[in-house]
Amino acid sequence: MLIRATGRRLQMSRNTSLKRLGLTKAVNDSANVSAGDIASLLYLWNPWAIVTCVGSCTSPIENLMVVIMIYGACSRLAPLAAFGYVMATHLSLYPAILIVPVILLLGYGPDAPPTRVFILKEYDKQTSLKVQRFSWMTVLHFIFWLFIWSCYVLLLSSIILKKVGGLNEMFEKTYGFILTVKDLSPNIGVLWYFFAEVFDFFRGFFLIVFNMNIIFMVLPLAIRLKHRPCFLVFVYTAIVAMLKSYPSAGDSALYLGLLGLFASELAEMQFTFFLFFGYIGVSLLSPVMHNLWIWRGTGNANFYFATGLAYTCLQTVLVVESVGSMIKHDRKLRLLVTS
Amino acid sequence: MAPSSPPSGTNLFLYLLLLFVLAAAVAASAAAPEEEFTEELLLRPLPDRKALAHFYFRSSAPPAASVGRHHHLFPKAISQLVKKYHISELELSFTQGRWNYEQWGGFDPMSTSNAKPPGVELWAVFDLPLSEIDAAWKNLTHTLSGLFCASINFLESSTAFSAPRWGFKLNEGNLRYGALPREAVCTENLTPWLKLLPCRDKAGIASLLYRPSIYKGYYHSQKLKLRSSQSLGIILDQTLTVVLQPNTINGKQLHSNHGQPQPSWSIRHLFNRRLSGKCLVSKSSKIFMEVDKGIVDKVNKSGGDPSWNNEFFVLWNGPDRLITDLNNLDVQSSSIYEYDVSNYSKERPFDLGITWKLPLIWSSTPSPLHASRFLMGSGNERGSIALSFMSTNLHKEIFGSPNDCSIKAVIFQIVPWYVKVYYHSLEIFIDGNRKTVSDVVDKIHVTPSEDKLLPGTLEMLLRFPCSMQSATLTLDFDKGFLHIDEYPPDANQGFDIPSALVSFPELNCARNYPETDPLLGSPLLENFREDTAVKSYTEVLLVPLTTPDFSMPYNVITFTCTVLALYFGSLLNALRRRIGEEERELTKTATKRGLIPLLLAKLRGQKVDPTESGSSSESTGSKKLLFKVVFVAVAAVLFHYFSNNS
Repeated sequence: MLIRATGRRLQMSRNTSLKRLGLTKAVNDSANVSAGDIASLLYLWNPWAIVTCVGSCTSPIENLMVVIMIYGACSRLAPLAAFGYVMATHLSLYPAILIVPVILLLGYGPDAPPTRVFILKEYDKQTSLKVQRFSWMTVLHFIFWLFIWSCYVLLLSSIILKKVGGLNEMFEKTYGFILTVKDLSPNIGVLWYFFAEVFDFFRGFFLIVFNMNIIFMVLPLAIRLKHRPCFLVFVYTAIVAMLKSYPSAGDSALYLGLLGLFASELAEMQFTFFLFFGYIGVSLLSPVMHNLWIWRGTGNANFYFATGLAYTCLQTVLVVESVGSMIKHDRKLRLLVTS
Repeated sequence: MAPSSPPSGTNLFLYLLLLFVLAAAVAASAAAPEEEFTEELLLRPLPDRKALAHFYFRSSAPPAASVGRHHHLFPKAISQLVKKYHISELELSFTQGRWNYEQWGGFDPMSTSNAKPPGVELWAVFDLPLSEIDAAWKNLTHTLSGLFCASINFLESSTAFSAPRWGFKLNEGNLRYGALPREAVCTENLTPWLKLLPCRDKAGIASLLYRPSIYKGYYHSQKLKLRSSQSLGIILDQTLTVVLQPNTINGKQLHSNHGQPQPSWSIRHLFNRRLSGKCLVSKSSKIFMEVDKGIVDKVNKSGGDPSWNNEFFVLWNGPDRLITDLNNLDVQSSSIYEYDVSNYSKERPFDLGITWKLPLIWSSTPSPLHASRFLMGSGNERGSIALSFMSTNLHKEIFGSPNDCSIKAVIFQIVPWYVKVYYHSLEIFIDGNRKTVSDVVDKIHVTPSEDKLLPGTLEMLLRFPCSMQSATLTLDFDKGFLHIDEYPPDANQGFDIPSALVSFPELNCARNYPETDPLLGSPLLENFREDTAVKSYTEVLLVPLTTPDFSMPYNVITFTCTVLALYFGSLLNALRRRIGEEERELTKTATKRGLIPLLLAKLRGQKVDPTESGSSSESTGSKKLLFKVVFVAVAAVLFHYFSNNS
């Protein structure tokens, strides 16, 4: 439901910005599908999301917090966004990088074509258009609420954990465990086998490399796509689902659902056929290989790891193609405006 | 006479001096208690045609007044160990084989003290503040490892030992227990153990230790037990328990009892030599032949008197003494025939044997509940540990009909961290019916395992009804995954869960010897009189775990890094593209025609309409291409021709 509401807002903002660009005609020509409805249906009927719920996993709760955060940011409700952000970061560490798009969402508003397009239009038609300004008040409001919510959560945690070891132990066992990859049980990512086989001498180095891979991409993506913060959220979620230390089906469910929000912009994405059937193939093969390895003993760890590698490749292709097609879409708008 | 008087004065003086020195020496030796050493051997025929030999050596050192004390009998290494680590009790056992509780007995002092789990078992009680005990334990394992040529140092890491409070032995937290089930025992471990004896294996009862016969046995266990206190000093007990299949007099080994008498054997048959005298520094040296309660009952039933020469069996020598113990009904239980070795020497060696005259089948007393443990489940992800208790004949004898009684059993179990037991999944079935846990369990103490830090410890006090036939406990577990360095050399064999200890605190199997004084300081019989609870160890479990592919570290690292590099590079490339470049690319694809479509069009005979800029370049391009192809073909032909010629 929240995804649907977010989609509505996105659509509204898109329509307004397109109107301002005088491209209403182009909009009406293309199929005006309701992105919010698509996205919510996609999330509900996603086989990955269904499998997560069948397995009684807690990832839907984390996904809920992330979506609350996005909705709050899209609707300029700073307390709600701060609440979502704090809970999502508390439950799993990786939504912490979503602070960048959330601040951009609160400052600029929902997705819009790049400001350069607006400037070009203004230059062409000699009409004065109000350029979106970065509103600092909302951001400060958000930061204030963030502070309040995080203090509250930490206070509650320290009260509960007073007997056991206090906050330090909580940070060490939750965030430290995620960052240092202590348990080597197989999952759908690639890090478990990597850290089961890597030599102890290089373990620290590779831990840093893997975690930096996620953090490093934050800045370039933010610079290039700062006018589309909602899409940034989607890209960050996809990257995190690929590179986090213990990925699961629930993480994939989230970004596949968010993919639906941008259905109209991403309509010309390449390789969709390959991706779609790749996802189906990997999701069918992966449990089979797991069964062969662990339950029957006829397979090898390499079989299951190969499906994990293929899954990571597919996610890479998805992320790269979606970023590329979003950039192309912006360029198309710019061409339409200048022509 | 005058010249002799001064010499007589000095003589007198010297004489007095000598007397004084003698008196002082006598006084000194009378005041200070001495180090003592005793050696004993107990032989017993077993119901399944095997023979048990139990060697017992005790050295004791009196409490030391000062630190640097000279020892002339007591091994210095042990006293240094005790002083350095402040040990008040220690027991280290090396065992190969499994004690067969059904055939060899489960309710006598021998099985309670000397039936040990396979591999190495070490426990120690320290006299230190609780924070220093772990460090002392680590150093102790290293010292013992060096002393006994064994890899006891594997017990030093915190994943290998635990600190039970009441499941093993009641203590205040200064007990540490560790076991290594996979440790193999060989002569390399026996030799340093024998070096702790004053006579080594050169004289005395230890000279009987013929290595081939010991290591061909069904069960052998060497144990070192140490007790130290301020008042008693240090008492070191070393025992070696061996179960052998004796070669019979006519050389054949009979494995089944088809109405044949039991094999007759002697010390010569068991150990390939006779005993040629005692260890000269030992205070006493004795050999005991024990005849079980089962045999005594059968002899009594047939009307004979249980002397050393009766209608069923005859011993080769007449004993010096016959010791019998009486159970609480004043009925004779087992008999022990005692022989003193000090009467024998090299010229007159001692050989003791038993010859069976009539076939006799008897059974040893088992413990009331026979405990065994096994694994359930398939696949390498999860499984279950099951502990089962079956009631035995003794149970029916002791507990006959009354319904109100209950048997208490204490279970102590350690599981390594990679077997992640879910203690909440404990289920208890009595006689096939599921019971609630709180009905049967009186007290339970669990130390959950932590990954790579602590093993899981379970201590339970259960109360079973006397009338039950069988009981089963099950616990579910998940199997963990290890780093490739943590796998032992034969990884696909599996990992061992050490034996669990089941003890019955309300039952004790102490012997009750009627005469107290004439025991004449035999530590073996003193041990038999001690009040210890009946204990039995279960089997060691072998858990197969999934293994990663050990040959793949480089491959895995390369594959993963390649995929990451693909992601990194493509994403940055997608972000980097600028608009001008895109447009240039678009125009290029619009104007250029690929070579293959051009060829296809020509083949189909269609008219090709080239663009204005492209036509001339197309034709020159194709001409150049043709020229290149011809040139390469000519060059190839020439090369082939010249290479064939030369």
